[in-house]
Amino acid sequence: MTQMTMIQAITDAMRTELRNDENVLVFGEDVAKNGGVFRATEGLYDEFGEERVFDTPLAESGIGGLALGLALQNYRPVMEIQFFGFVFEAMDSVASQLARLRYRSGGNYHAPVTIRSPFGGGVRTPELHADNLEGLFAQCPGLKVVIPSNPYDAKGLLIAAIRDNDPVIFLEHMKLYRSFREEVPEEAYTVEIGKANIVREGKDVSIITYGAMVRTALKAAEQLSKEGIECELIDLRTISPLDTETIADSIKKTNRAVVVQEAQKQAGISAQVIAEINDRVLLHLDAPVGRVAAPDSVFPFAAAEDVWLPNERDIIDQVKETLNF
Amino acid sequence: MPVNYSGKIEDFFSTLRILDEQGHIVDQQKKPEMTNDQLRELMRRMVYTRIWDQRALSLNRQGRLGFYAPVSGQEASMVASEFAMDKGDWLLPSYRDIPQLVWHGLPLYKAFLYSRGHFEGGKYPVELNAVMPQIIIGAQATQTTGIALGLKKRRKSQIAFCYFGDGATSQGDFYEAMNFAGVYKAPAVFICQNNRFAISVPVEKQTAAQTLAQKAVAAGIRGIQADGLDPLAVYAAAKEARDHALAGNGPTLIETLTYRYGPHTMAGDDPTRYRTDELTNEWEKRDPLIRFRLYLEKQGIWSREDEEQASAQAKDDVAKALKQADGVPKQKVTDLLGNMFEKPTQNVQEQIEKYGAREGDQR
Repeated sequence: MTQMTMIQAITDAMRTELRNDENVLVFGEDVAKNGGVFRATEGLYDEFGEERVFDTPLAESGIGGLALGLALQNYRPVMEIQFFGFVFEAMDSVASQLARLRYRSGGNYHAPVTIRSPFGGGVRTPELHADNLEGLFAQCPGLKVVIPSNPYDAKGLLIAAIRDNDPVIFLEHMKLYRSFREEVPEEAYTVEIGKANIVREGKDVSIITYGAMVRTALKAAEQLSKEGIECELIDLRTISPLDTETIADSIKKTNRAVVVQEAQKQAGISAQVIAEINDRVLLHLDAPVGRVAAPDSVFPFAAAEDVWLPNERDIIDQVKETLNF
Repeated sequence: MPVNYSGKIEDFFSTLRILDEQGHIVDQQKKPEMTNDQLRELMRRMVYTRIWDQRALSLNRQGRLGFYAPVSGQEASMVASEFAMDKGDWLLPSYRDIPQLVWHGLPLYKAFLYSRGHFEGGKYPVELNAVMPQIIIGAQATQTTGIALGLKKRRKSQIAFCYFGDGATSQGDFYEAMNFAGVYKAPAVFICQNNRFAISVPVEKQTAAQTLAQKAVAAGIRGIQADGLDPLAVYAAAKEARDHALAGNGPTLIETLTYRYGPHTMAGDDPTRYRTDELTNEWEKRDPLIRFRLYLEKQGIWSREDEEQASAQAKDDVAKALKQADGVPKQKVTDLLGNMFEKPTQNVQEQIEKYGAREGDQR
């Protein structure tokens, strides 16, 4: 066991799989000699060389098409979209092409492609770098969308994504890259895609969230605990498919829920979580499901993020409102 | 080594023509080496394709086929370029390029299933190296580069062939594909079939460039323009591009100057809205079948009987393929859901169970 930041755990996952499987290729803009703009691919070019870890010209759609073609030559591409705000350039190659390959070929072809990308607010990036666009991809049949909240999960989920025989969008919240370290095993291990994690047990209310909001919600839960309110905290880890079983079981116990997302409210993941709760455990609820999300403006950049992003206070207020219904 | 362009654009992108409209060889030096059997087979395929296209139009009007994009006029451009491919080469077609798929090894009934929107139409025989027809204009080009880079990394002696139309050259994916392929020296051949109209928009309104072939210059790769109604020119250009890629020299963009006699697709397009009969008549006079027939007859290697045989074979094969397509079981919602992931996700699994129960009731 070593202490790793989330970005070190991500690099370690890629290194592990590059060593394990000669078909794994890592490519994108600036990923080779430069080791990625966040250093996520640091050292990989030196260890595995140009054949396995290589730069692409600056064109996201081309990167997605390249991944599909390489997948058809039995490679296992790990492509990087430098910032997730740039993903619209690759929307066709990801959502219309990679996601549909298995279906269009009647199951003959498949795309074992991992699409890694940094995203998320709070680190004061320029405009169109940080946007929470995960909901768009959760709506695309044929894609899985994974968002780790800590170094341990990041390594295990990324290895699982690379080994998955279908395309997986792997979103790395920039605020979590270097914010804390934790014990991460040096060997290969996987965290199952599609399984949520109960971060904290509690009896009064279930807080369901993912990504950087897990840390924020945990702080809120600790604060609320001091007031005698015990929150159960669920980290979804995968937002598509959703682990509806873990969500439903928790609500059967707590009878109340608050769903938290960093993304704008309109048509987000929280809406889907609430709909699933209504479908499965509506009669177990003692109050309407609460929701914390960002306002429906465009994703702001730099200093404007400070007033816009959902925070600990928003979560505490919503939990109290849901409890006092 | 970088491709060297010095001099006038017109000098580099003059049209390669080997066979004129009367069936005379006009460029003896560029004439490809082909045996009589090869020449006959190429003619047979072109005749077969013309007849099959006519049958497909009539079946579409009867409601027995679905989505169909007519090919008459483009036989030399399609069939003669595919003729330059090796069996192991990869083919990435657009929705109009069904003839190349069939001559590369796709059973005809699968093409009909694709036309009807049956998922079995995209389930190709394992020995067929091809990707299903692409709908998004130009998307197959970047995938071609990926396949070509993969073939290079695997050190295989195979090439990836990509087909698209004149409209695709306005897309970013077209340029991205050539640019990536140029950087990686990927063994790819990009074939732009310039049939002069992207649905209704004439090529003059797609670009101010004199030729589409010259767009290769910006990507630093080879570009060549060929008379797309001349099967010998198309074959020679494709063969040369294949050899160039196989030798490790990277990709080529081929522009074939061609014309589609019919509408864009059979889904209600009316070409009289955007082009004149005079223009179509002018192109029909240069018909690829007529000039190739004249050439082969002069050599004494093609007869009326050969022509009738090819035509009868096409009609017979279409009838058989249609019967075979009709015999494939109707698709179920559970088939569609079952092809989404290797192992169904939780939501997909729930829906398989739900629809499966309903489908069970219907039996």
